[in-house]
Amino acid sequence: MLDACIKCNISFRRGVFEIFTWEGKIVRNLILMSILSALLILGWQISVRAGEEIEKGAKVFRTCMSCHMVGEGARNKTGPHLNGLFGRPAGSVEGFKYSEAMKRAGAGGLVWDIEHINWFIENPKSLVSGTRMIFRGIKNPEDRANLMAFLRQFSDNPRDIPEAEPTKAPSDPDVHPSILAIKGDKAYGEYLSGECITCHQIDGSVDGIPSITGWLEEDFVTALHAYKNDHRPHEVMRMIAKRLSDEEIAALAAYFAEQ
Amino acid sequence: MKLNRRGFIQGTVATAAALSSPMVLAGGHGKPKVVVIGGGAGGATVARYLAKDSKGAIDVTLIEPTRTYYTCFFSNLYIGGFRDFASIGHTYGKLASEYGINIVHDWAIGVDRDAKTVSLAGGHVLPYDALVISPGIDFVEDSVPGWDISAQNAMPHAYKAGSQTQLLKAQIEAMPEGGTYAMIAPPNPYRCPPGPYERVSMVAYLLKQINPSAKILIFDPKIKFSKQGLFEEGWNKYYSGMIERVDPDFGGANVEVRPDSMELVVDGEVQKVDVCNVIPAQKAGQIAHIAGITDDKGWAPVYAHDMRSKLDDNIYVLGDSSAQGDMPKSGFSANSQAKVCAMAIRAALTGSAKFKAKFSNTCWSLIGKDDGVKVGAAYEATDEKIAKTSGFISQTGEDAALRKQTYEESIGWYEGITADMFG
Repeated sequence: MLDACIKCNISFRRGVFEIFTWEGKIVRNLILMSILSALLILGWQISVRAGEEIEKGAKVFRTCMSCHMVGEGARNKTGPHLNGLFGRPAGSVEGFKYSEAMKRAGAGGLVWDIEHINWFIENPKSLVSGTRMIFRGIKNPEDRANLMAFLRQFSDNPRDIPEAEPTKAPSDPDVHPSILAIKGDKAYGEYLSGECITCHQIDGSVDGIPSITGWLEEDFVTALHAYKNDHRPHEVMRMIAKRLSDEEIAALAAYFAEQ
Repeated sequence: MKLNRRGFIQGTVATAAALSSPMVLAGGHGKPKVVVIGGGAGGATVARYLAKDSKGAIDVTLIEPTRTYYTCFFSNLYIGGFRDFASIGHTYGKLASEYGINIVHDWAIGVDRDAKTVSLAGGHVLPYDALVISPGIDFVEDSVPGWDISAQNAMPHAYKAGSQTQLLKAQIEAMPEGGTYAMIAPPNPYRCPPGPYERVSMVAYLLKQINPSAKILIFDPKIKFSKQGLFEEGWNKYYSGMIERVDPDFGGANVEVRPDSMELVVDGEVQKVDVCNVIPAQKAGQIAHIAGITDDKGWAPVYAHDMRSKLDDNIYVLGDSSAQGDMPKSGFSANSQAKVCAMAIRAALTGSAKFKAKFSNTCWSLIGKDDGVKVGAAYEATDEKIAKTSGFISQTGEDAALRKQTYEESIGWYEGITADMFG
């Protein structure tokens, strides 16, 4: 039902966004649009809520606009355009020069579904360590959900979005705050690091394998848990991470943060 | 390397009493001494970690005959033309200057386990508190009838990298048009399970460019081999019709060579070839045999928790020479074992913290240009052996982008492991 609503309103909403982009009259038009949407379908309460989310998401998107365009006529800037983002393999926009890390993530099977978009915008480096996207991330889950509600309008066939709750995102990452709070034992981390630096160079050099030195501990922990939970694609890293305990991951994070 | 073993080993197995207590310093003076024999992925790594992590509290001596060490890993890429020879050569300068390791370019020719000394070809005798033996492989005599080390110029093994690798490449480049390269593949267990087949891929890649009508014959005593599906897929794709493998059912295990006439006798039938790459059956490096720490299969059994010899508590064995359980004989494995071993030796000699042993291995192979594959596994120490806990392998039919990334990843690994070995 809602799916139908989305489809019939896509062009209309794109139109609204054009106004937002080029004339800046976003709020009034989005509200109007939401009302219109609501009238077009039966479940109008849901739609109003979605409309609110989109409206809020458009505001969140301002943070992204210096690098990303979305909507009709969008082109690549510092970052790739975001049309058709949902369901698109990572690193696949033609003509955009991606980091090796993003290309590798795409070839390794990373697809921008709601879960991974949510993950990425929360903390880009924790999902794709070598990404060129210089952005600390959006920590508030509601802001992320709203941003995704906004962005999904520009994808024709948004994949992996449950019909009933189009913008529901998992609250976060399977990394529980108690895991992030573990204080790592650096000496143990130094011993464990031996396994890492057979491939990841300790001086931070990158020759086909990303650098893991000087990361914020939280990013490091989140990234390793993402491998451990199969959120990040890479067989070697999944294998390595799966046999590390929470304490060992914290130990490694503490050690590498200071290298 | 020929010498009288019994002359050096005057005692037998060290007494049990010395085992459990922390080791006593040699001669009761100075810092504890560790002597490492062999400067490859096992030896260089263990020496570097001992020196680095003990921060000068352990006196480390590394014995390695070559001034420039050529890694066996990536030497096939040199044959294929993807690396220049200098790029696989490494020297020991940093280990001496930055880590304070005493680098001795000499052959270790004897181990006196009672006196705890190592004797060198140059005449010197080095005392140790702990000895690490990491000499790689040596070849089993008479494993390929007609071949011995005096024939290695006519029929190179190129399975210890260096001049042999250069010789083999030169011979392949000099093959007559439409000529034949033959490989005698080794029986299990041997160094680098996918190595012979990566080599075939690289030889094919080279021949495809300079001598496309040439043929490659593999005589294999094994029914199956590492990454077989991946290699065969690649061979069909890139080198169709060029490579033929003769398995044991068709005489692959029954080959005699005649180096003087460049002939092979396969199941009694004589065949002339232009290049013959003989990779004989393998055993632990000779010094492990001299030290008397090998078993009847020719390898040195070790405990999984610390790589300590099962026959001498003051000796540790790393890499290809060790019989440790499930890990393949690879540079990656040796490097992984070396770090566990360094931690254990440090704990024994200086009382530093001892952590749980963790091992891992990944072997990358290049099949064609930008077409890399990998196989790997994680391991843990059990009382019985190093046991595999999980693993993975590249899949057939992977797309070109992923294969290219796998290859690029292998280049990154090479930079990483060589930095980890040589500083």
